[in-house]
Amino acid sequence: MAKATRESFGDAILEIAQTNPNLVVLDADLSKSTMTQAFMKKYPERHLEIGIAEQNMVGVAAGLALSGKVPVLTSFACFLIGRVETIRVSAAYNQTNMKLVGTHAGIGIGEDGTSQMGLEDVAAMRALPHMTVLQPADDTETKQAVRWMIEHKGPVYIRLTRQKMADVHGPDYKWEPNKIDVLWEPAKKPAKYQATIIASGGPVPHAVEAAKSLEAKGFFVRVANASTLAPFDSAAVARFAKDSQRLVTAEDHNVNGGLGSAVCEALAESGQACPVVRVGLRDFGESATPDQLYEKYGLNAPALAEACLKNL
Amino acid sequence: MPTATLSTTDLKPLARDMRVDIIRMIEAAGNGHPGGSLSIIDILTVLYWKFLKHDPKKPDWAERDRFILSKGHACPALYAVMAKRGYFPHDELLTLRKLGSPLQGHPDRMRLPGIEFSTGSLGQGLSVGVGMAIAAKMDKKNWKTYVVLGDGEMQEGQCWEAFMSAPKWKLDNLVMILDHNNGQIDGPVDQVMNIEPLADKLRAFNWDVQCIDGHDLDAVEKALANAQKAGGKPHAIVAKTIKGKGVSFMENNIAWHGNAPKKEDADKAVKEILNG
Repeated sequence: MAKATRESFGDAILEIAQTNPNLVVLDADLSKSTMTQAFMKKYPERHLEIGIAEQNMVGVAAGLALSGKVPVLTSFACFLIGRVETIRVSAAYNQTNMKLVGTHAGIGIGEDGTSQMGLEDVAAMRALPHMTVLQPADDTETKQAVRWMIEHKGPVYIRLTRQKMADVHGPDYKWEPNKIDVLWEPAKKPAKYQATIIASGGPVPHAVEAAKSLEAKGFFVRVANASTLAPFDSAAVARFAKDSQRLVTAEDHNVNGGLGSAVCEALAESGQACPVVRVGLRDFGESATPDQLYEKYGLNAPALAEACLKNL
Repeated sequence: MPTATLSTTDLKPLARDMRVDIIRMIEAAGNGHPGGSLSIIDILTVLYWKFLKHDPKKPDWAERDRFILSKGHACPALYAVMAKRGYFPHDELLTLRKLGSPLQGHPDRMRLPGIEFSTGSLGQGLSVGVGMAIAAKMDKKNWKTYVVLGDGEMQEGQCWEAFMSAPKWKLDNLVMILDHNNGQIDGPVDQVMNIEPLADKLRAFNWDVQCIDGHDLDAVEKALANAQKAGGKPHAIVAKTIKGKGVSFMENNIAWHGNAPKKEDADKAVKEILNG
């Protein structure tokens, strides 16, 4: 069932809290939006409302982590990275065991517009040593990623959607960290794919739809899901480059510093030559419905299909 | 572990020797921050010899009190104290700021056991102290959290977010000591960006506030003793200090905020400290 990944996160921490007494949740006046209200009601003694003070939230989380707690702090992705230097020192440099949850990723939030859209957060977080960066695409994946994140020792940033995400995995799917997974491929394996789409977060279901529509037209396009953005699975990129005519990256984030950059970096360092089409934001967003924005900024299925074939 | 009971008269020679250590280690490093280190050494001496529960042989002892030097650039003072208390050999002080040394230019908890939090980016330490104090309350533990802030640092907005938040959780197990030396890189604090009336501001933020002379060991001891009491309010000690205290040509001279003395000046400083 389609569900926003922020909702899957809210369900997951509620469940994990039953068996992990060290789990503490911190909010900066956005608990209704980041889906921590149920946790707050059930475990008020483990919930800290910090108010609209994200820097202090990051620092308090560091102090809690250094005292044996597993703090999970939530806000919109854009407001968390507004405090990137605090995160740099209090989370990454000190290697504190805090879990930063950035919701409302990208233009997928719709009408609230640019100031509320996390569009550069992956770039900032990916540059920090010791920081794991996750972006799960559906309910199954999010719940497993959140569980892994809580058990993992060290700072983690997880990027979640406001909008509902269609299920792209079956119920038996086993998520693994640090991996770019092949999510969908045509029934028949070609000698060379016209394209491999490497997608992350919001555009993932659109990428699958695009590949399916192209299969019906006789094209071979494979879809891979980058649910961990740091550390980055460079080996997967090198493998895809060998049997694809092009790589298409799809992200609801600025292509500079995000997935598009990560793929280009991996490819260049692999020594292989393969064209890359980076689909994502190259500017700020704007207000409109999420569907209208995905169409305008080229992240829906028809636009991604076109990116796979254009000038091929 | 709880520290030996020394009278403040016994602490004077200790503080004096550590002033010499500060000068010598910064001289050897060729750069560093003597001014702010000399202004906090008396406070750290009383804290580390009379109040802080800690065990240099077991820096991760779970019941220890926590100490954060939020004004991380004054770490030569902290290193001098840690060496004297036996966290590492005294000789190591001369490796300050050198390749491979655990004594980084600003404290690094991953490199030096006994450092609770890596600082150097001003404004972050008090928030971390708030988090530690909350954790102690959650776990019903008796250990306390001490944080030393600089007065220039008070210009950072994050400090005020932290000041606002500590009373919410009634953190009477948190002690903030302000090194109020009125010096920062661009000039006197009250000219660069005035933070006064500081005590009034902190009282308005619902902190328990004491104002003292930060070089009067008895006054520091008395203030820290007062700060041990519960009562539901976090404790602030505004310690009036002198940047460069103990070395006449460094005192209140901003040129010595971040400059290392060459041998001649260092010898002169050491002579003065030992004669003072």
